Amino acid sequence: MTDRYTQAVNSGFTKTLAKKLGLPRPAILRRYRAGDPLAVGPVLVVSDGASQKDADVLAQALLAWDVDVRRQPTDDVRWGAVLLVVTEAETPTDLAEPVLAVGSVLRRLAPNGRVVTVSRAPAEGDSPALSATRNGVDGFLRSLAKELRAGATGNGVVLTDGAAVGAGSTLATVRFFLSAKSAYVDGQLLRVGPAEPTGADLTTDRPLAGKVAVVTGAARGIGASIAQTLARDGATVVCVDVPAAGEGLSRTANDVGGTALQLDVTADDAGTRILAHARERHGALDIVVHNAGILRDKLLANMKPAQWEAVVAVNLAAQLRINETLLAAGLDGLHIVSLASTSGIAGNKGQSNYAFSKAGVIGHTRATASLLAAQGGTANAVAPGFIETDMTSSIPFAIREVARRLPTLAQGGRPVDVAEAIAFLASPAAAGVNGQVLRVCGQHMVGQ
Amino acid sequence: MATRQKTSAPAAGGTAAQPQGVRDAVIVGGNRIPFSRAGKRYADASNQEMFTAALEGLVARFGLQGERLGEVVGGAVLKHSRDFNLIRESVLGSSLSPATPAFDLQQACATGLEATINIANKIRLGQIESGVAGGSDTVSDAPIAVSEGLRRALLEAQHAKTWQARAKALAAIRPGDLKPLVPATDEPRTGLSMGEHQAVTTARWGIAREAQDEVALASHQHLAAAWESGFFDDLVTPFRGVTRDDNLRADTSLEKLASLKPVFGRSLETTPTMTAGNSTPLTDGASTVLLGSREWAESHDLPVLARFVDAETAAVDFVHGHEGLLMAPVHAVPRLLARTGLTLDDIDFFEIHEAFASTVLTTLAAWEDPDYCRDELGLDGAFGTVDRAKINVNGSSLAAGHPFAATGGRIVATAAKLVAQRAAETGRPARALISVCAAGGLGATAVVESV
Repeated sequence: MTDRYTQAVNSGFTKTLAKKLGLPRPAILRRYRAGDPLAVGPVLVVSDGASQKDADVLAQALLAWDVDVRRQPTDDVRWGAVLLVVTEAETPTDLAEPVLAVGSVLRRLAPNGRVVTVSRAPAEGDSPALSATRNGVDGFLRSLAKELRAGATGNGVVLTDGAAVGAGSTLATVRFFLSAKSAYVDGQLLRVGPAEPTGADLTTDRPLAGKVAVVTGAARGIGASIAQTLARDGATVVCVDVPAAGEGLSRTANDVGGTALQLDVTADDAGTRILAHARERHGALDIVVHNAGILRDKLLANMKPAQWEAVVAVNLAAQLRINETLLAAGLDGLHIVSLASTSGIAGNKGQSNYAFSKAGVIGHTRATASLLAAQGGTANAVAPGFIETDMTSSIPFAIREVARRLPTLAQGGRPVDVAEAIAFLASPAAAGVNGQVLRVCGQHMVGQ
Repeated sequence: MATRQKTSAPAAGGTAAQPQGVRDAVIVGGNRIPFSRAGKRYADASNQEMFTAALEGLVARFGLQGERLGEVVGGAVLKHSRDFNLIRESVLGSSLSPATPAFDLQQACATGLEATINIANKIRLGQIESGVAGGSDTVSDAPIAVSEGLRRALLEAQHAKTWQARAKALAAIRPGDLKPLVPATDEPRTGLSMGEHQAVTTARWGIAREAQDEVALASHQHLAAAWESGFFDDLVTPFRGVTRDDNLRADTSLEKLASLKPVFGRSLETTPTMTAGNSTPLTDGASTVLLGSREWAESHDLPVLARFVDAETAAVDFVHGHEGLLMAPVHAVPRLLARTGLTLDDIDFFEIHEAFASTVLTTLAAWEDPDYCRDELGLDGAFGTVDRAKINVNGSSLAAGHPFAATGGRIVATAAKLVAQRAAETGRPARALISVCAAGGLGATAVVESV
C-alpha cells in the first residue's frame, strides 16, 4: 500500500539521484493536523478592477483567520497561496492583468501552496462576452493546476445564483481549498449557491460537534477513514457494514467512539433501521455517507447477471431506497454524501456495471439535492480517483504504478483525502454546496 | 428489615444506613463471537483474545467506549494458571474504562449463566448500575499440565537452598513423570466422562436413538433458519474471519445422523444411542451479555430486551446417589417456577442447553413422570409437559457448539431477544426459561421476561 517511489524521491540519496536524472518527483503532500496554520505562507489576493470589492471582502475574511494577506505581488516571499478573484469580470480582456499577476508569483509558490480562483458561473441570459469570460476560468484553472509543482494545487470556487463572496459557504469553500484538507483535490471547480449556513463556525476544529452521522461500509478502507474523520470533527458516528464484516466494523466503532450497526444496506428495511438506530441511540440523524460499494469487474461480453445485479444493488439501488426513507422522514438539515467514482465520470474498461452504478449515484445526487434543499439539507457526491487502499493494493504492480503517476499530483490519494472532502461537504458551513460532485483524484487525466 | 438494621452501625446523621431495595435488572443485549469447532479456526486463539473480542463487539454495538461499567464477570472452564485474572485482563485490553472492575467466576458449563445471575443480583440490589456477564472456553488452546511427580520435584528444587538439595530434588524425576497431562472433562469422583454418565441416564429413561437424532436435526435446522433470518446480526460479531458458527450443518438429515456410530454407553447392557451427531462437539468461543438497571439503560439511550426475573441453581448426588450427572436443572426449575409463581404453561420459550440431545429428552421425561416428580422432586405429581415447539426455537448447543463457559451468555442473549420479539409481535409479555446442566452434578436455571 505504501508508495515507495514517492518516499524514495523525497529522501536521502535517492532524492539526489532522482533530481540528477530528472525523474518525476511526486511531492509528500501536506495533510491536515489540528493547530497547523491554514496556509503554508502569505496569501496573495489579486483581482480585476471590477472585482476589487469582492477581493476586499475575501481579504478581510482571511485576515480574520490570522492569515498573512498581501495585495501586491512581490518577489521577496514564498507564497502560501494565491487567491484570484474575478467575480465581476465582464469581458475576456478583464482577466489578462490579474491572471498575469498570478503567473508572476508562481515560481515563488511554496511547496503545498494553493491557487484558488473565485468566479461566477455562466448563467442563462448572460451576454456572450460575459459567458465566455466566466466559462474561460474553467479551462484556465484546470491548465494552471497541471503546471503547479511540489504538491501545490489549483481549485476554483464558482458562485451560482448570485451567491455572495462573503457568504458562509463561499468562505468555507475557499477555506477548504486553501487548507491541507484538500491535499488531493486538484484542478476542480466547485459550484457554491446562495444557501446560507446557520450558525456555522468556519474556524472551529470541530465543525461537526453535536452531529450524528451514519457511514456505510465503515469496516475498513475509505469507510473507516470517513468515520474517523467525521468523529475527529466532532460527530457521533454510527458505523454500518454487512454482518460478515463485523470484526473490522467493531474496531472502527470503538476507535471513533461510535456504535456498530451490522446491517446489509441492500435489505428492504435498511433505511428504517438506520434511522431508528440513529434516533433511538443518538437522538438525531444529521449526516449520511453512502460509502458501501462493491466491484465485480468484467467485460460486458462476459458479464454474468449476478455480477451486474450485485453491483447495482449495493452501489446504487440501496442508496436510492435508503434516501427515500430519509426523505420521507422529513429530517431537517440532512447532509447526504455519496461515493461516486472517476470511473462513473470517464468510464473504465471492464467496469460497465460499476460505472453505471457510480454515474447513477451522480444522477440521484443531483435530483435529491433539490428535494433536500427545501429543508436546509444537501446531497453531494465525492468521486475518488486512485486511492491507496487494500483494494487498490491488489492491482498488479505495473498497472498500479501507471495509475499512480497519471494524475497531476503523480501519486495515489489516501483514504483520509476522500474523508476530508466528505467531512467538508457534510459540514453545516457547506450548506450552499448542493447537488455537486467533488473529485478527489489529484487531477487524474480521465474525465473532467 | 428495619429491626435487623438496628444492629448495624448508624450512618452519619444518626439514621441507620439503608441498602437500596430490590429493583429490576434488565438485559440490554449481547455479543458473542461465532463458535468454532476445536482445533480449527480458533486453534491458536487464547481465552483472553476470544473474550476480549466478544467484549469489544459488545462495546461497539452499544457505544460503551470509555464507559466505567459496574462489573464484568465471567470465566473459563479450561483455564491456564496465567489467566488467574482472565476477565480483568480482558477488560484492560478492551475499549471499556480501565476503571471497570472485573472478576473470574467458574461453575463448569453453567459459568456464563451463573455470571449473569451474579451481575443481575448486584444490579437488583443497587450495588452496580451496569455490568457484563460472559465466558470463554477453548479446547484448542487448553492448558497442559505436568505429572504430579515432575511438579513436586520442580517445586522442591525451586525451594531448595543449596545446589545439592536442588540436584537431589531433580534426581527424583522418573521418565514416566515427563508425560504431559492433557486436560480431561472426566468427573474426578467417578472417572467417567460426561458422555458415559449421560449414557447411563439416557438408558435409565429409555430415550430412543431416533428421538435424540430428531432433537439434533431440529437444533441444526433452527439455528440455520435463525442465521438466515438475520437473528444473530446484532448478537454475533465475526472473529478471525469466521462469520457463522462452523459446527452448523444446515444440510444434515435424519439419515445422515442415523448413520453415525454410537460413541457413549457402549459398555452398558442396553443398545448404545449417543453419537457424535446427538452430542455436542468440543468447541471454542466466547460470549457476553450486557445488563443494567432500567435507569442506566434509559440514561444511556440503550434498548431493553428483557427483565432478568429470577434464578435457581441445584446440585444432585450422582456419586453416591442414583441421580444422573446432568439432572440438576430438573430439580432447579420446579423450585424456580414455584418461587416466581409461574407454571410451565406461562413459559413461551424453553432454552434447554443441549449438552446431549438426550439431556433435553431426559429432562422432559422426568418432568412428565409422576413417580419421579413425587419421589425425587417432592411434588404432588408430574411437573408437566413442555410443548416441543417452544424448545430451543433458534437452535442450541448441538448445532452451535458448546464452548463450556460461553454457552450461558449465548443462551441468555438469545432468550432475551426472543421474548422481546414475541412481545413486540403480540403486545403481551413473553417469558423464557433457561436451563443449563453442568459437570459436578450442577445446574443453573433462570427466567427472563419481556419488558
